[in-house]
Amino acid sequence: MREITVRVNGRLSRRTIKDNELLLDFLRDRLEVRSVKAACWRGECGLCTVKLDSHLVKSCLVLAVEADGKEVKTVEGISPEGELSPIQKAFVSHGAAQCGFCTPAWVLATHELLQEKPHPTQADLVEATSGLVCRCGTYNQIREAVAEVSGTTARPRHMKESLARA
Amino acid sequence: MTGEGSVGKPIPPEDTVRKVTGTALYTYDWDLPGTLHAKLVTSTVPHARVVSINLDRAKAVPGVVAVLTGKDMPFRVGMYAGDRDLLAVEKVRWAGHPVALVVAEGPEAAERASELVDVEYESLPAVFDPVRAMGADAPIIHERMEEYKHASVFYPVPGTNMANRFRLVHGDVEKGFEQSDEIIEDEFRISHVSHGYLETQNVVAQAFRDGTFEIWTSAQSPFIVRQIVSEALKVPYNRVTIRVPFVGGGFGGKAGLQWEALVALASKAVGYRPVKLVLSRKENFASSASREGVVANVKAGFTRDGKCVAYKVRFVLDAGAYADYTVNVSRAMGYSAEGVYEVPNVHCESLAVYTNKIPTTAMRGFGYAESNWVLEQVFERAAKKLGMDSAKIRRVNLLRPGESHTATGEKVREDVGDPRKVLQTVLEAIDWEGKAEPASQPWKVRARGFALCVKGPSQPPNASSSAIVKFNEDSTIDLVLGTGNFGQGTTTAISQIVADQFGVPVERVRVDPTRDTGKSAYTWQTVGSRGLFTDGVAAMRACDDAKDQILDLASQVMRLPKSELEVADDAVKAKGRPWLTIPLRDLVFGYVYPNGNTVGGPVIGRGHFTSSLNTFLDPQTGQGVPTIFHTFGGTAVDIELDLVTGAIEVLKAVQVFDVGKAINPLLLKMQLDGGFIMGMSIALFEKIKFDEQGWVTNPNFTSYYIARMKDVPKDFEARYVETPQFDGPMGARGIGEMSMISVASAISNAVFRTVGVKLNNLPMNPEEVWRAISEQKPELLAKAMESFGRIEAAVKARQ
Repeated sequence: MREITVRVNGRLSRRTIKDNELLLDFLRDRLEVRSVKAACWRGECGLCTVKLDSHLVKSCLVLAVEADGKEVKTVEGISPEGELSPIQKAFVSHGAAQCGFCTPAWVLATHELLQEKPHPTQADLVEATSGLVCRCGTYNQIREAVAEVSGTTARPRHMKESLARA
Repeated sequence: MTGEGSVGKPIPPEDTVRKVTGTALYTYDWDLPGTLHAKLVTSTVPHARVVSINLDRAKAVPGVVAVLTGKDMPFRVGMYAGDRDLLAVEKVRWAGHPVALVVAEGPEAAERASELVDVEYESLPAVFDPVRAMGADAPIIHERMEEYKHASVFYPVPGTNMANRFRLVHGDVEKGFEQSDEIIEDEFRISHVSHGYLETQNVVAQAFRDGTFEIWTSAQSPFIVRQIVSEALKVPYNRVTIRVPFVGGGFGGKAGLQWEALVALASKAVGYRPVKLVLSRKENFASSASREGVVANVKAGFTRDGKCVAYKVRFVLDAGAYADYTVNVSRAMGYSAEGVYEVPNVHCESLAVYTNKIPTTAMRGFGYAESNWVLEQVFERAAKKLGMDSAKIRRVNLLRPGESHTATGEKVREDVGDPRKVLQTVLEAIDWEGKAEPASQPWKVRARGFALCVKGPSQPPNASSSAIVKFNEDSTIDLVLGTGNFGQGTTTAISQIVADQFGVPVERVRVDPTRDTGKSAYTWQTVGSRGLFTDGVAAMRACDDAKDQILDLASQVMRLPKSELEVADDAVKAKGRPWLTIPLRDLVFGYVYPNGNTVGGPVIGRGHFTSSLNTFLDPQTGQGVPTIFHTFGGTAVDIELDLVTGAIEVLKAVQVFDVGKAINPLLLKMQLDGGFIMGMSIALFEKIKFDEQGWVTNPNFTSYYIARMKDVPKDFEARYVETPQFDGPMGARGIGEMSMISVASAISNAVFRTVGVKLNNLPMNPEEVWRAISEQKPELLAKAMESFGRIEAAVKARQ
């Protein structure tokens, strides 16, 4: 057991944890940050993605002690109050969430990508999200959402152009 | 909003804001105060008698509260085959079969103790191949099949491993072969597939001393869960409450029996404390149910002019150790054998066969997706053999609404859809007549192909739905449905329909995201793309009922006959006299006269839907009406095949469906794209692998690969046809499952049509495709290798 101090979405938390405790369990069980999901518990699905200081990490592969003295950001930290962030709004309007279980991770990952590269290419998006999976297959809608926020001209065709009554 | 209404508008699902902000809570996020944690102990052998289970070491672990075994629950449960045990009783039937459940104060103690349960097995001969399992010398996996409570529409064969034998006979198939000019004969195989829903199966259950149970579960169909639990625990249905919050994907895998009854019993065993069981991904693969494997043998006869006159097929389903839902999959595979075509002579046998592998269950498009894989390739091959265009052979055989009968003898009504227009639209969207684009490399081939499909929801004839429309004080509407919402958007679409019935904005209508068997309207199941149709019609009838109450009151207040009044634009209006109007707001909670006298009260409309058209199917011939509607559709692809590696890349996806009415084009597009991606992933990548003892060897997302962003086609083209269904809600039909059925066939047809290589086995992963090319077209591979080698040499030379 040991004590750690972590700033999560701007709020400082001090907790006693087990030495082998995962950051995932620390966030979900001790701090009740339930937007952080898990589907594989071994770094394959990316649903437990959080931002640890400056990097996105899979919190099922990180020990909670490694976050001691650091800052963690989850989807709750993107638009803490008031309006949704542009990428959140675009996810809604493009229908980029189906069952929604993976959505917090995708929102965080694409939000961070857009912070880093306001005009990501398709290759940038593929690389930035290569660790994430979506079983409902919302990839095309996510692509459209990212394209809308970045205002890129090489955007995929919007639903209105790619869907037509025969 | 008045006038044009919200039906037909691309309105985003109302629950997406919760999803993008991380505030949508799933069963996985659910904890009750004092929750104990459960862990499964699973069999290490595929088929064995359980001699003894020693719990001493496990119970000695600090924090362990109880360990349950099959002795604590010596009964069978289930929905269709009724063959399931909750924990192994007497014997284990697959490596991974749960034999005990440890309940402890925390997950660590439960996990530690689960490793200390000592089970002594006496091995029995096992069988892993479904065709072998049908042999006379095969070990019998379910010795007491005759005691199982099968639903009456299934035909198990006790004394064998056949859990269901479905037969469809139409015309005289042998006579058909005599009339044929060309015969296509082949064997096709489909691998086991994981649903891959990202929220693993998980349950929180609490028993109470008053004999009631409360269960939170990640399930598609709360009312079926209640039925299974109540029957298993022998308690009245209203003593069991099933609550379903947000669900992290289902795809059929959460439609039937899961772990609810087991965890409910565990709660009772630990003194009525809540118990939570969360499956790991490995357990979800190895100890839960997936989509079955299939071996299909087909023989089809065609005349010179392309008419299919005989179709004989046998599907053998590798149902695994338990086939509770798979018996119905075999039935659907059988009656869907003919797809969108009218064939005069059909003989089909579809067998669900037990093996000592993981149990199997329903999955998106079940039966239809598998039969489509065989049928659409047979038609492509016949076209080539007859020197006929792929589109022409289909036109010759397509079902003609108003004239044709399906393979089950059902007359195809004129309003059920327009397969001819679907085909035409598919061809236009993929530019069928146009010249193919050149491949990006000399060792690659660019290819276009398509496949057609049709599907309806597979359900018992008496399956019903209901809906309640409740007005609130501010004239907003609580729409109470039973149908689940795990991404399909059905509740949004039905909200739009309801809003238009009263001429109010869609925001006025809300469906609570949680289902609760004590509070939600009954619906049989959330499966088979039935929700929009069945629960949509029920909701429209609930609106009619509410309107009737509103008009009764308005008639009294306005002193006009009811027949002269109508509900429109958020008000009651006198027909032809628009100045005589009362806003709904003044009526739906009772009308208050100026002196305070009040007449009427809160308006609650109710409606239901039960199909009056469905019938049982004849046990010998499979004739009858199995589904409530048919959605016709088709998929086309433009792909690039790498001859050197066998890898297939999809560049363009075309989806065309006759949806009757596009209630919400955004939701429609989400299903068409998502269904394509799932269909493509299953077509190209997905295969559950087994070792010689039936163990799943790839129970994770590294070696069981699911399509990611990099695999998604650059271009999606979706079109919809609107042939309104007379009895559908606003003319609509279901679409969710249909959208993945013809994807795999379209891809294999593209390959066969272009390079003549037959791909009989799913998935078409590089290994499978490369082997097929090297066996069937070695010259093609040699040429590709040569050009690849030339380029490689040139690159090396430059270095």
